[in-house]
Amino acid sequence: MSEVLVVAELTEGKIGKPALELLTLARRLGEPVVVLLREGADMAAETLGQYGASRVVSVVDPALNDYLVAPKAEAVAQVAAAVSPAAILISSTPEGKEIAGRLAVKLGSGLITDATDVRQDGSTLQSVFAGNWMVQASVTSGVPVITVKPNAVAPEPASAAGTVEQAAVTISDRARSARIVKSEPKQATGRPELTEAAIVVAGGRGMGGDFGPVEALADALGAAVGASRAAVDSGWYPHAYQIGQTGKTVSPQLYIAAGISGAIQHRAGMQTSKAIVAVNKDPEAPIFALADLGIVGDLRTVLPAVTAEIARRKA
Amino acid sequence: MKILVLVKYVPDATSERKFAADGTLDRASSDGLLSELDEYAVEQALQIADERDDVEVVALTLGPEAAADAIKRALQMGASAGIHISDDAMHGSDAGASSTVLSAAVAKADPDLVICGMASTDGAMGVIPVMIAERLGWPAATLGATLSLDSNTVSIRRDADTASLTIEAELPALVSVTDQSGEARYPSMKGILAAKKKPVETWTLADLHVDPGTVGLDAALTQVQQTTPRPPKEAGKVITDEGGSGAAAVTDFLVAGKYI
Repeated sequence: MSEVLVVAELTEGKIGKPALELLTLARRLGEPVVVLLREGADMAAETLGQYGASRVVSVVDPALNDYLVAPKAEAVAQVAAAVSPAAILISSTPEGKEIAGRLAVKLGSGLITDATDVRQDGSTLQSVFAGNWMVQASVTSGVPVITVKPNAVAPEPASAAGTVEQAAVTISDRARSARIVKSEPKQATGRPELTEAAIVVAGGRGMGGDFGPVEALADALGAAVGASRAAVDSGWYPHAYQIGQTGKTVSPQLYIAAGISGAIQHRAGMQTSKAIVAVNKDPEAPIFALADLGIVGDLRTVLPAVTAEIARRKA
Repeated sequence: MKILVLVKYVPDATSERKFAADGTLDRASSDGLLSELDEYAVEQALQIADERDDVEVVALTLGPEAAADAIKRALQMGASAGIHISDDAMHGSDAGASSTVLSAAVAKADPDLVICGMASTDGAMGVIPVMIAERLGWPAATLGATLSLDSNTVSIRRDADTASLTIEAELPALVSVTDQSGEARYPSMKGILAAKKKPVETWTLADLHVDPGTVGLDAALTQVQQTTPRPPKEAGKVITDEGGSGAAAVTDFLVAGKYI
């Protein structure tokens, strides 16, 4: 059976849900072989094996962390040369897409980004134009390089060996050209990562500067917090949490939009959410056309009441 | 110093975008404009030109005839000159072919610095900048929330999920900037008038020594098999909050969907 290369990333030192989703999709195409571009293979291998990884190829090289992206692409290309995979699956993060783009050039392969599904025949689905169109496509030349959006599929356990191998790579001078001279880690919030979360509670202009009600509801639901561009531009929440055309794209099971009008640039970032609830005091807000449930009212009344009710039911 | 800014002409995101019968984006059916995200790239180039002497900012686009409007906008903002690569053979090109042609154009234009936007607003792949850098063997400092140039070194701050990175590269280099890098200037009346006199060159694939057989729909390494409009969403329930009815409706929804 042919092998499929999966480029896995660690989230806060652990294998996150997107990597398990990639494994589940990879199993449709062949036997998954994970490439891990950092330390931690021994710890990660057990989980990776539980979700179908036959092997975990560990690549540890200082160049991968000292220079931006190009060394990682080189490392994956060298592992791919040894594995000869039927396809290469990478998570659709900004870095993942850049690794994929460079790989596509190195391998002379077709490239599909932001797939929401990968089928057994290798064809992909994508949701485009702010979710208004669905595209089915295929790579027709070379080893398919496909980046996959988080929340594409529910991870399926499948027992496999998960054997760890160390791979030595040679990083060229050419790849050592964009130097990472400083890295300032961001504070972990204790909430799920925005693009991976099953539930997102997002606040917009209607928050009036105070995201307290959104955060409280998010914590009651174990959800991630998001923000509209208006809220971020007003300085109420960091840009890392912005959802929309120039921020993150999310596709959770449930998206709760509080005080968000629903402009197209925002919709581009959340339109494929499975279920949408909107709370806004403006009955004309475009978001209501998208929502499965819309509440016309004051979010400062509605959100805390929902949060309190959830707490009451848990008690 | 020569800065080349890559700009794309894209359908207006607020208009109804759709596909043509051959699976390509129907560019004729909606109004186009300079991609919003590329305005930030033009702005950063102009900020460098504002601070230094002898900086030439050249806007380059790859697109059909109408894409000249993207160049025009960049010139109105303050770019000095434009290059428009236009060739019918490019219709239906994938990222591989587009990046090949753009790389040849960068090589021919011979700039010190290339600045791109973070992604186009139509294809939204975000891979062209690194693919060009890969082909040319240039350093790529991408997704900069800030951009600065000191002598021969370009520096960006890239805000990744878990960390903020400061990245440096020596010229010649390619960078891309995000919408966080600084509000793009609005063309002034003076700028709009001055743009009319600025030079715009037109290049074809022949000028770039690119074989037309290696680009376009038939040469693409991917194929669109089917495009389907999303069915219009069934209207959800909208209720007005009265005496706690709003919270109750949300809670019922959460219970029914097993979110709690």
